[in-house]
Amino acid sequence: MADITEIQLPGVGVRYEFTSADGDNVGVVCHHGGRREVVVYTRDDPDRADTVLSLGADDSRTLSDLLGASQVSEAMAAMEQRIEGLALDWIEVTAASSLAGRTLADGELRSRTGASIVAVIRGETTEPAPGPDFVLEASDMAVAVGSPDALEKLRIALRS
Amino acid sequence: MTASVVAAAGGDVALAFIEIGAVALALALLARLAGRLGITAIPLYLLAGLAVGDGGVATLDVSEDFISLAAQIGVLLLLFTLGLEYTGDELKTGLRTGAVPGVVDAVANFVPGLGLGLLLGWEPTAAILLGGVTWISSSGVVSKVLGDLKRLGNRETPSVLNLLVIEDLAMAVYLPVVAALIAGQDAAATVLTVTGALVAVGVILVLALRFGDRLSTMLSGGSDESLLLTVFGLTLLVGGLAEQVQVSSAIGAFLVGLALDGQVRERAEQLIGPLRDLFAATFFLFFSFQIEPSTVAEALLPACGLLVVTVVTKLVSGHVSAARNGIGPAGRMRAGTALIARGEFSIVIASLGTGLADGTELGGLAAAYVLLTAIVGPLAAKYSDRLPRSLAARRVLTSPA
Repeated sequence: MADITEIQLPGVGVRYEFTSADGDNVGVVCHHGGRREVVVYTRDDPDRADTVLSLGADDSRTLSDLLGASQVSEAMAAMEQRIEGLALDWIEVTAASSLAGRTLADGELRSRTGASIVAVIRGETTEPAPGPDFVLEASDMAVAVGSPDALEKLRIALRS
Repeated sequence: MTASVVAAAGGDVALAFIEIGAVALALALLARLAGRLGITAIPLYLLAGLAVGDGGVATLDVSEDFISLAAQIGVLLLLFTLGLEYTGDELKTGLRTGAVPGVVDAVANFVPGLGLGLLLGWEPTAAILLGGVTWISSSGVVSKVLGDLKRLGNRETPSVLNLLVIEDLAMAVYLPVVAALIAGQDAAATVLTVTGALVAVGVILVLALRFGDRLSTMLSGGSDESLLLTVFGLTLLVGGLAEQVQVSSAIGAFLVGLALDGQVRERAEQLIGPLRDLFAATFFLFFSFQIEPSTVAEALLPACGLLVVTVVTKLVSGHVSAARNGIGPAGRMRAGTALIARGEFSIVIASLGTGLADGTELGGLAAAYVLLTAIVGPLAAKYSDRLPRSLAARRVLTSPA
């Protein structure tokens, strides 16, 4: 993946920029309110952007779906509330983990670590709120909520 | 002030309603016209105020006190929403990358106003206020112009926006200083007041950036109704307290805006936005309402001179700021032209001087000047790519960097 540069636009939002494989400089302006603009920089004046698309918050979601990206990261950003002492993290289940191939209940993860697994992402599919009999597999991505300490314990458990 | 409110409770209340209603409807027509023309409504409000105000076609009798207070609230809400636009991170980035261009911008654009004020034989305080009028670009007009011209994605745009951040922050120092100067104490007392005011601003700024998160979390729970009342109350309360310790109520309101963050910030923006539009429109109208049209007519010539000089100085600001970010000549020109428009802040600054001996002239000149820059600025920005490149090239050659 190309390197993405992030530039703050005070009072407006953030601009991201990358160079495409074809050599176009592409930028995305993310407004505070959720509106997005996709721009391409002109070749004769590299500082000038031609707006290709102007998208509302819903439009961006539709477009990113069509482009094949997952909606998870978007949903994550919305979920990331400012609650004191509570953190949200993604932890990959490694092949070396003793928990791979076992159910969530077997691992007794909540009582052992204090962190809760609220969703599991497997390839293209997402299992929201997995039940106690959900079987973890290697390279699953667990989305977990808890105190930073609890998440650290969970990370160790899912990796060894 | 209270006397008329009490009086209005009698038979005058009908008249007061009619006057305020007529004023609001007139503002509505102007806002509509501005939308049609694709410009900000500020110049139109100023013109309308001139037309109906002292020496104009109509006068307000009973509602003047109410409108004058509403105008003051308008200033607070303007500054509050301005503070709301910036997050703590954005301020820090702005300060880190924009300090040098900020100083160039301040010197280049403050001096012409100050110089003209002294040249006209004004008292130093009025000249310092005129310096402020020419210094600060209009955040409102600039961001509207950049959005309308679809330049938010351009590479020179961060340089422009960072410069606006610096200017707005500089106001947190400038306004308390002029407030102390206007109070007109002797030198020792002025130094003391200014120091006290600056310390107070510093303390509030640090508190706002450090504990803003906590405040925002605290406010995030309630209903829209309670949030609206809390934010409105907090803005006026802090503004009033700041005014008590000579810090200028506007800066108090600005700092309250800065302190809010996250989701609360977006909700507050949506809730206070309409209220701000209402009161701020009243402010612009009331400002020029107090000005005799003849003083503006007399001020046109000096205002034109000031316009020519400060267009060039803003181009210099834009050039320096953009060049530091490695922007090419065309982009530097776009950055410079985007900054030409002065607006809400210039009027806020000029309105501080209404009580001064030269306050009338200052008001007239500021109104004429803002009208001119608000017209010339957006036009220059629109056609900046067609401006002769030689102009841009020459400035690059002569620039100290």
